[in-house]
Amino acid sequence: MALVELRNVTKIYHLGGEEIRALDGVSLDIQAGEFISIIGPSGSGKSTLMHILGCLDSPTGGTIQLDGVMIQDASPRQLAAIRNRKIGFVFQFFNLLPKLNVLQNVELPMIYSGVSGKERRQRAMKALEAVDLSNRSKHRPSQLSGGQQQRVAIARALVNDPRIIFADEPTGNLDSHTGEAILALFRKLSTEGRTIVLVTHDPEIAAVTPRRIEIRDGKIADKVDERLAGLDRPLPTAPAAATV
Amino acid sequence: MNLLNTIIVGLKEVWAHKFRSLLTMLGIILGVASLVAMAAIIKGMENGMKEAMIAMGGADKVLLQDQDVPPYQEHLADEAPGRTMTDVNALKHSATLLPLISPEMAVSGVTLTYGAKAVNPSECVGVWPAVIDMNLHTLEYGRFFTDLDEEYANPVCVIGTGIRDDLFGAPEDVGHEIVPIGEMIHINGQPFTIVGMFAHYESEKEKREEALEKARGPQKLSGPARRRGWGKRGGWAFWRKNYTVYMPLNTAWVRFRSAAGTNNMPDPHLTDIDIKVAGMDELEPALQQARNILMLTHHTIQDFNFQTQENRLDSINQQIRNARLSGGIIAAISLLVGGIGIMNIMLASINERIREIGICKAVGATGLAVFTQILIESVVIALVGAGLGVGASYGLVGLLESITPSANVPVITRLALIVAVAFSAAVGIVAGLFPAFKAARLNPIEALRYE
Ligand SMILES: Nc1ncnc2c1ncn2[C@@H]1O[C@H](COP(=O)(O)OP(=O)(O)O)[C@@H](O)[C@H]1O
Ligand SMILES: [Mg+2]
Repeated sequence: MALVELRNVTKIYHLGGEEIRALDGVSLDIQAGEFISIIGPSGSGKSTLMHILGCLDSPTGGTIQLDGVMIQDASPRQLAAIRNRKIGFVFQFFNLLPKLNVLQNVELPMIYSGVSGKERRQRAMKALEAVDLSNRSKHRPSQLSGGQQQRVAIARALVNDPRIIFADEPTGNLDSHTGEAILALFRKLSTEGRTIVLVTHDPEIAAVTPRRIEIRDGKIADKVDERLAGLDRPLPTAPAAATV
Repeated sequence: MNLLNTIIVGLKEVWAHKFRSLLTMLGIILGVASLVAMAAIIKGMENGMKEAMIAMGGADKVLLQDQDVPPYQEHLADEAPGRTMTDVNALKHSATLLPLISPEMAVSGVTLTYGAKAVNPSECVGVWPAVIDMNLHTLEYGRFFTDLDEEYANPVCVIGTGIRDDLFGAPEDVGHEIVPIGEMIHINGQPFTIVGMFAHYESEKEKREEALEKARGPQKLSGPARRRGWGKRGGWAFWRKNYTVYMPLNTAWVRFRSAAGTNNMPDPHLTDIDIKVAGMDELEPALQQARNILMLTHHTIQDFNFQTQENRLDSINQQIRNARLSGGIIAAISLLVGGIGIMNIMLASINERIREIGICKAVGATGLAVFTQILIESVVIALVGAGLGVGASYGLVGLLESITPSANVPVITRLALIVAVAFSAAVGIVAGLFPAFKAARLNPIEALRYE
């Protein structure tokens, strides 16, 4: 059984009587350990799909099975628990809490899973080491660069040891050099065996992932656009250590 | 989520907006301060009244009082005999349920002199020895009046310590207790011999203060020596008792009343007839018996009535209830206003933090976790306000005490503190419910998209 199975998932928004089909019958399997990029033009429904996959939003129709749980009819409470323990989410705009320092931000998911204070600190420090930011644990997010903030967000996504990581345009708000470093970090995580799904419209990023999915008008395209997926260029070399 | 953590986050949130939080808390602070201070004042009042009541005689004391004749006896008003020794003798002979009857004949406009010193007593009264049990006096020095003193209308008197202080010197001033038994003083120019002196009466508070002063050891007095009794708070009833002068009833009658009534007619009216009943359960039958006897001596003219201490206690309790009610209403209104302030600020606060709430939900906060967080913040604001309010109430009570030193001492009761703090917590919870509910229901995606 696949880690994630989507069957005929639809998401319909109603705007002033008009019906917007953000997702239109999406079916998709994701196996454990896969590294997938989702590409597609702006407004095609990538974020909508990610939010539904990340249990942040519920579909209008269809079924989703994640790690053996049918999430389309889970209660808000169950969804919160799934987001907390099984999913790590990385946003384009980092979404760190400005009033907390780096360590506290990384500790946040563990607070909601009831981990004791001491263990929380240890695991948060370990996650920060994994993203090479353990020397900034007492800083505020506002005192960090964009790339550093995104690495804190990745540490936060990793800290509860999730089954799958979703990243919605994680480099979209970074310059290309910093973006490459973040990408390298994801590649490293992938080689460590993590399951990663990331949204991008940067062909260079799409090029490094073994599997690419293209979304067009809320549907999965039969054939991936070679240019968008970066297949018209040579594969980059093995991931380097991330420094931003 | 860890409760302590949540409380700390709540405190930080309060601290981050100090001024705003203070304004928000103002209602709670005022409410708590007024509630506690009001309760303290009422408690002080209650203590003072109860103490004074006991100083004036026990609960089984009944006053026989004059009253205007009822309307249907208006035409007999001139015939009303008033309270005289006839009543006292009749009661003494026939009222089997009244073990104690104490007639009093007051002499008014009295000045006592001793050499060049003079004093006006609180009351100068001709009495029977029954007065000691009736008014709960303690004769500490000398003796009380004998039957012979009464029979011969002897010029003897028993005084309170206040009179002694003024005429012979107070222990505080001279350093030792003067007992002026056998000394001769003049009452309105007539020579009297002091045969006895009462104990010094003081309130519980004065006793405590004195014990404290003694424990501190002798102190150098700076400024004028302090007087006992009058001027000290809560002391009215005690002052009155300490400045008493008693003489035999017959002495008052023969030496002061028989020659100087209205139009040179002797005035046989007594100023008080106090009676004591055998027991509180026999109050009703005893009063009925007394009424029957007095109806005879007064030829059925109802120019008298009975006032029991119970009546007085009832009216004291009624006053206290009223004061409590009005104080409680004022405090409740301030707390209500405080609650509205808290709700307002919590709504503003969650509006500011919609994105943060969205982030927390995205990493796994349940609706319940968000709900408790907001609710606890609200309660923290209310409780910090309550804490400041309690502090303010101590300040307020201290201030009241220093500007009205002769009034009853306000007493801050633990019950008032508990009620005030519990009420504030309840206000915090109620005010936080709606904002907390609103925050808990936020959709994570919409919250994250919120700018
Ligand atoms: N909350 C919403 N209300 C109405 N329409 C929405 C909402 N969210 C997304 N959409 C619409 O759904 C479509 C897909 O949006 P999105 O998933 O954000 O696209 P992408 O991330 O691929 O750029 C767009 O047409 C967008 O306008
Ligand atoms: Mg998007």
